[in-house]
Amino acid sequence: MLEFPTWKKIWLWGITLAAAIAALPSIFATAGVDWPDILPEPTVNLGLDLAGGSHILLEAEPSQVAAQRLENMEEAVRTAMRQAEPRIRIGDVSTQGDQLSFMLDDGSQVDRARELILPLMNGTSLQREWDLQVVDGQRFILTPTEAGLDNAVTSAMDSATEVVRKRIDGLGTREPTIIRQGDTRIVVQVPGLQDPDELKELLGKTAKLEFKLVDQRALPADVAQGIANPGSQIFPYQAGTPQEGLSEAVIRLGGIQGDSLIGAQSGVDPQDNRTPVVNIQFDSQGTERFAKLSTENVGQRFAIILDGEVISAPFFREPILGGQAQISGSFTTESAYALAIALQSGALPVDLAVVEERTVGPDLGADSIRKGMIAMLIGSIAVIVLMIVTYGRFGVYATLALGLNVLMILGIMAALNTTLTLPGIAGFVLTIGAAVDANVLINERIREERKRGRRVFAAVENGYKEATRAIYDANITNFIAGVLLFLFGSGPVRGFAVVLVIGLFTSVFTAVALTRMWVAGWLRKTRPQDINL
Amino acid sequence: MKLLKLVPDDTNIRFLRWRVPFYVVSCLLIAASWALVLTKGLNYGVDFAGGLEVRATFEQSEQAPVSEVRAQVETLGFGSPVVQRFGEDNQVSIRVRLPEGAEGDKEAADRIAETITANLADNFSDFRLDGRDSVSGKVSGEFRNDAVLALLAAMLAVALYIWIRFEWQFGVGALFALFHDVSLTLGMFALFQLEFSLQIIAAILAIIGYSLNDTIVVYDRIRENLKKFRKMPLPELLDLSVNETLARTVMTSLTLAVALIPLLFFGPASLFGLTAAIFLGLVVGTYSSVYMAAPMLIWLGVDSNSFVPEETVADKQEAAARRLS
Repeated sequence: MLEFPTWKKIWLWGITLAAAIAALPSIFATAGVDWPDILPEPTVNLGLDLAGGSHILLEAEPSQVAAQRLENMEEAVRTAMRQAEPRIRIGDVSTQGDQLSFMLDDGSQVDRARELILPLMNGTSLQREWDLQVVDGQRFILTPTEAGLDNAVTSAMDSATEVVRKRIDGLGTREPTIIRQGDTRIVVQVPGLQDPDELKELLGKTAKLEFKLVDQRALPADVAQGIANPGSQIFPYQAGTPQEGLSEAVIRLGGIQGDSLIGAQSGVDPQDNRTPVVNIQFDSQGTERFAKLSTENVGQRFAIILDGEVISAPFFREPILGGQAQISGSFTTESAYALAIALQSGALPVDLAVVEERTVGPDLGADSIRKGMIAMLIGSIAVIVLMIVTYGRFGVYATLALGLNVLMILGIMAALNTTLTLPGIAGFVLTIGAAVDANVLINERIREERKRGRRVFAAVENGYKEATRAIYDANITNFIAGVLLFLFGSGPVRGFAVVLVIGLFTSVFTAVALTRMWVAGWLRKTRPQDINL
Repeated sequence: MKLLKLVPDDTNIRFLRWRVPFYVVSCLLIAASWALVLTKGLNYGVDFAGGLEVRATFEQSEQAPVSEVRAQVETLGFGSPVVQRFGEDNQVSIRVRLPEGAEGDKEAADRIAETITANLADNFSDFRLDGRDSVSGKVSGEFRNDAVLALLAAMLAVALYIWIRFEWQFGVGALFALFHDVSLTLGMFALFQLEFSLQIIAAILAIIGYSLNDTIVVYDRIRENLKKFRKMPLPELLDLSVNETLARTVMTSLTLAVALIPLLFFGPASLFGLTAAIFLGLVVGTYSSVYMAAPMLIWLGVDSNSFVPEETVADKQEAAARRLS
């Protein structure tokens, strides 16, 4: 056990130094010293609770995706039936009960209608996305399948994540992290943010822009009571607009969606050079549709609807052919800018709610690091003093091992690119207090063996051998608890688990393997007859 | 240099003589802890209750205007906030529970947090936002489930490991000791109404790991002595084992304690709860490895045959069976 051939020594020192060197860039960075650029620079990331920043958890409502999907299907079916030659007339269209149902006016057209509808039911995946039933000879019922809904939610979340990414990039923040989590969630982490509310307002905005014709037949009294004609829908005016409190009835289908935009910029109204507006530019298809809509409806009013609220309802004074439009409402410069970013990045395919927010200001984080470091230093000194007065030379070895242990943990954390959080600092302190436990067990066993009259060499050898069993068992149980903490914990608490688990491995290495090498070297060199322990 | 020996060499305390009274007291304490948790309840922080916490510094003030802040937040009509000094003299933490019936409203916590922040910034010119947590009812419910699962899984997993490495009696003993530690820690949190957050769950999981260290050291020695002293009565053997390992138990607990105490007093305010919980767990854990884990072995009937290799026992039974027939 006390034999240490050169290759073994090289290995032990090699591992120690490699890990310790990996810790240097992080230490340099903390001390404010520049690390030479030509060298690799693995540094420990600071968690948001230490560096300052915001963690925001966004959640979507899957039922909303389902409703949107039904509506899209309805529009697709209506278009297909209208464009059929000869036209297939349908009626009694309903999207109640999470399914789309409609009647053919003419039962003899069932087969042709089915032929036209089947291609609409194909999704992007290989699974069947809709079930089609024909009852009573001429009623069609389209029901989304479970797989179809799951695919729709997944793809909605994928594009929502992309939209969120674009919006945050639009804000120009540095190194944001955007991750899908579970089926319906997105985690956004932005370090060093001053105003989380600005970010959240941008992320929370669905930015679904719609242009719909105002229903001319609607009676103001009905609209005020929320009663719409068949095929119409009522939207309230946005708060802050002059018409706040009023509503507008619009034709439900046949409008233009904001997803046919290719650009949006905030600016000022050229007429007074003051009022903030948002200028938008349609893509070619959108331009065409907008031209058609405006040409066919000159003199009529259309509503500009953002996220279910009317911004304004101007007249089509003349056909708009260039695909350019200007939205003016009651914008401030900031809200016009935010809307432009939101429109540029596209609409969120689904509303996202902020279900968790954690923000830490940069000052508090720096203060936490300072206080944590001070406490760690005092704690280390106390442990060192206790170990040296109790175990003398063996305590010194344990102390050296402890120092290397801390370096190795930092180095491995840097190499694995893990994150140090505030609870992680507590993890360091806990590890410092617990890492020397192995040395306590070993040294106490050596004491015992000496008391039983064994010679120095045999006592030390037995001490290491007999203590190792309990050391491994204890570390394995700690490892189990640490892994469970990592699995179930979230955010900062995970940082605690990371330090604990890495610390278990490094402390066994330094407190057992390294001290044994040092003790063996010393025994060989001096061959003491007695040891002070 | 004369080295320090915290436990004299010939220490022989008859710990196990008092095992019944100690067990009775401990079981009463466990029962009292659960009674407290169930009646008084844990003082859940925003992680588990949902709601929000705003931390702020009043940069120009010596003392944070705690009562003014409370009055100001109360005017917003989100119920009565808990406003406390937190960290430095001019820093506060403001905690607001989710209003009744807001469990289904996913964005309630976030909205209230924004309103309070904006309102305080308007009314106090030196208000600086240091941090803010808002957790919706749904997310906090998930945290509660995860926490309970993690605690149960950790206790069972480590007990299972002890069972595999030792014998089933040791596994049960360790599990009971852990149950004792976790119960008493929870009881303390209920008694003093300390804020119970995700960090405290992390602390309890750490306790589950570390309180077992001492137990394992004692168990390891018991196993060694069971093989060595085949004829010694079990209570005596347990006492011997506990006394032999007492120096280790004291030293390992002490090194952890001296490392943690500075963090308790000089560390950042947001780590106080976590550190206090680990410290508490350390104290009850050290006690339980002597008084809970060891005596259990007597009642569960461990004897010196427990560690005789399997086939020998099997052989004996076979021989006994042959004799009977």
